[in-house]
Amino acid sequence: MSQKILVADDEPNIVISLEYLLKREGYAVTIARDGQEALDAIARDQPDLVLLDVMMPKKSGFEVCQELRLNEAMQHIKILMLTAKGRDTDVAKGLALGADAYMTKPFATRDLVQKVAQMLGRSA
Amino acid sequence: MKIDRRLIQAFAIVCGATLLWLLLTMGLIAATLERSQRDLLAEHLMPSLALVGLTWVLGLVPMAVALRWLFQRFATAPARLLEQTRVLLAAPHSAPLNHQGTTETKALAEAIFELASQRNALRDDVAAQIAQANKSVQQEKNRLAALMSELTQSVVVCNLDGRIILYNNRARLQFKTMSQAPDLAGGAELVGIGRSIYAVFERQLVAHALESIQQRSSRGAGSPSAQFVTTTQAGQLLKVQMAPVRNVEASGDTAEISGFVLMLDNVTRAFEEEHLRDQLLHGLTEGSRSSLASIQAAVEMLAFPDLEAPMRERFLAVVREEVSSMSQRITDMTQKATEGLKARWPLEEMLGADVLLAAQRRIEVRNSRSVTLENLDTAIWLKVDSFSLTQALDYLAMRLVDEFDVKFFRLRLQASGARAQLDLIWTGQVMSTETVMSWEMDPIRFGQESTPLTVRDVVERHGGEMWFERERVRHEAFFRFLLPLASVQEQLEATQILHNDSRPEYYDFDLFQMSDQSSALDDRLLSELSYTVFDTETTGLNPSQGDEIIQIGAARCVNGKLLRQESFEQLVDPGRLISAASIPIHGITQDMVDGKPGITEVLPAFYAFAQDTVLVAHNAAFDMKFLQLQEVHTDLVFNHPVLDTLLLSAVVHPNQESHRLEMIAERFNITVLGRHTALGDAMVTAEVLLRLIPLLQAMGITTLRQAREASQKTFYARLKY
Repeated sequence: MSQKILVADDEPNIVISLEYLLKREGYAVTIARDGQEALDAIARDQPDLVLLDVMMPKKSGFEVCQELRLNEAMQHIKILMLTAKGRDTDVAKGLALGADAYMTKPFATRDLVQKVAQMLGRSA
Repeated sequence: MKIDRRLIQAFAIVCGATLLWLLLTMGLIAATLERSQRDLLAEHLMPSLALVGLTWVLGLVPMAVALRWLFQRFATAPARLLEQTRVLLAAPHSAPLNHQGTTETKALAEAIFELASQRNALRDDVAAQIAQANKSVQQEKNRLAALMSELTQSVVVCNLDGRIILYNNRARLQFKTMSQAPDLAGGAELVGIGRSIYAVFERQLVAHALESIQQRSSRGAGSPSAQFVTTTQAGQLLKVQMAPVRNVEASGDTAEISGFVLMLDNVTRAFEEEHLRDQLLHGLTEGSRSSLASIQAAVEMLAFPDLEAPMRERFLAVVREEVSSMSQRITDMTQKATEGLKARWPLEEMLGADVLLAAQRRIEVRNSRSVTLENLDTAIWLKVDSFSLTQALDYLAMRLVDEFDVKFFRLRLQASGARAQLDLIWTGQVMSTETVMSWEMDPIRFGQESTPLTVRDVVERHGGEMWFERERVRHEAFFRFLLPLASVQEQLEATQILHNDSRPEYYDFDLFQMSDQSSALDDRLLSELSYTVFDTETTGLNPSQGDEIIQIGAARCVNGKLLRQESFEQLVDPGRLISAASIPIHGITQDMVDGKPGITEVLPAFYAFAQDTVLVAHNAAFDMKFLQLQEVHTDLVFNHPVLDTLLLSAVVHPNQESHRLEMIAERFNITVLGRHTALGDAMVTAEVLLRLIPLLQAMGITTLRQAREASQKTFYARLKY
């Protein structure tokens, strides 16, 4: 069974590429357009990994991350945060709140695929 | 002629002594004789005994004369000298003693006079030194006040109780922007001699800053200061720097803090600009990052060779959309950056006409060419670095003269949207745009004198632009500078600084000695209270029958001085017609009050203005009645202590028939200006009050309580409205 990835981002223009890319890599991809939708989708689908954008309406990526880590049942879910904020303080905050890895926009899709594979224990 | 008792005593002693001597002689003679001889002698002598008495009396006369002469010479002369010396002692200046007496007393008189002369010299010397010291202290005070009023930074000096002792013009303007009713009280309700700074800043904030200064100085810091940023009630952001004012003790050991200096900087605008800059930067980074991420991802997807056509079309659409949104963002940003973000170079607000005049003078002097100013718009305020700008104009003119022998120049200034166009115009031979525009990159140089600046640098300092244009029809060419205009607020500030020529009474150092700890208002001395002296103009004389206030004017008296700069004057829309009968009295017509604020707006501002002071009016009962009738509408209770100059005048001059303001002013020889405007009358009343206070003091009426009690006792107090 293919591994499940949730893409949580409010920018449709990036979501379309990420969805296409990850499906191509053989993952099952679901989409969430804001923080609340992301939490609901995680509870429902139990994905293996979440690509989490920091700046989202309703709930920010930081909040989603924090809530996720409070739930014992969801500890296995990997979180890769994506952000347009380039400051190192944001990276520190994300990692402190429980993200497993961090990528700053813009990024090379090849690096993203590699990172995802590595986090999910797949050899790229 | 008065005869001295001592002279009579001395004479009596002489009489007694000679009598005793006579009797003793006769007794001794009698003792040596036989009884028969004694009887014989008595028998012969008895009839001529009267003769013996006569010679005795005759002998006494020369003795009395001699005695009197001696007495006059040796006893009266010192007494006279004593009197003369006493005169000398009391006199402010000594005249030589015209003394008639013995050699010794004459010498003594001379010595006394010399002593007196020495004393006078010393006295004059001390007086001169005091005068000199006073003069230099006064000079220093004036110099300080002058310095303060010229400073472009806001400075307020307070004593430890937070009472304002000194402030400068800039502070006054700054407080105006902080006022909640800037058009009514104009900030005068916030800043004023003797007012509390705590009306503007929280007490704890100031106390905290003072405490940290004290801590730092106790740890041995040389010149400790503290800083805080605070928002005012009117929503302004203020950066405040505080430095202590120390008492200079003679011993020099403990320099106790007696007050503090506040330097205020209104950072609202700077902060807003900073915020805007931040927003722009933020939009540039984060917005662009997201777009770039979308583009990059889409482009990389497009690189897959097996991409189906519909998918390909979707990725291309993403790229197109993001690229266009990024272009839009950058366009917006450039627009905002040039509009909102002022150049960091310190520019000052200047009347455009002044800039042109300076440039004209400079070009004429250096190039000996005539420069005319064309249709000068005197309403334009620029925000410029006038020195570098005139330098740039001068430099361009010089190149034109040197290389193209231009004979005449014209300068023109006109507003164009949010900017001003400054043109340097000339007529003459056609020159190539390339040539003249290359000048803008050359360092500005006049003969030996060179600067690292180029015309381009100067233009960029102003966040402006500059170009060369030709009008072929008129054979004219010009350089056009686009320059920033000063904002309305900046213009206002600059005009006020420009028009404030009089050096104001912005300081009162005596307040350093005052303390709030002194007893309640009632027991305070009249001479040290703060007064709000006010007057109202009204639609008529019957407040209870619907007459209303149409103007309030008020002046402040603090520490025995009338503060002319800190006044309050406001026309009020009465919400009814002004009776025609009253117009000749106050000169206020209906159209003057139309559109003015109503009494419910004006009274809160006046209330704030009068805070912590004694209200004073001439025939105060009348004005107070109007104020009290408004209490229902404004919820403001004017429960200040009240003094009435009419009653006080009656206390001081009970025998005068009239206590009308004009008559009192005439008695005190006060020049009346602008009578029957509310402020004009308030000023006169204030002058009257200041003259009444010393007269009351002379009657033993020194405190507010005594003044109020005395007022109540006068006949006029029974007059009630």
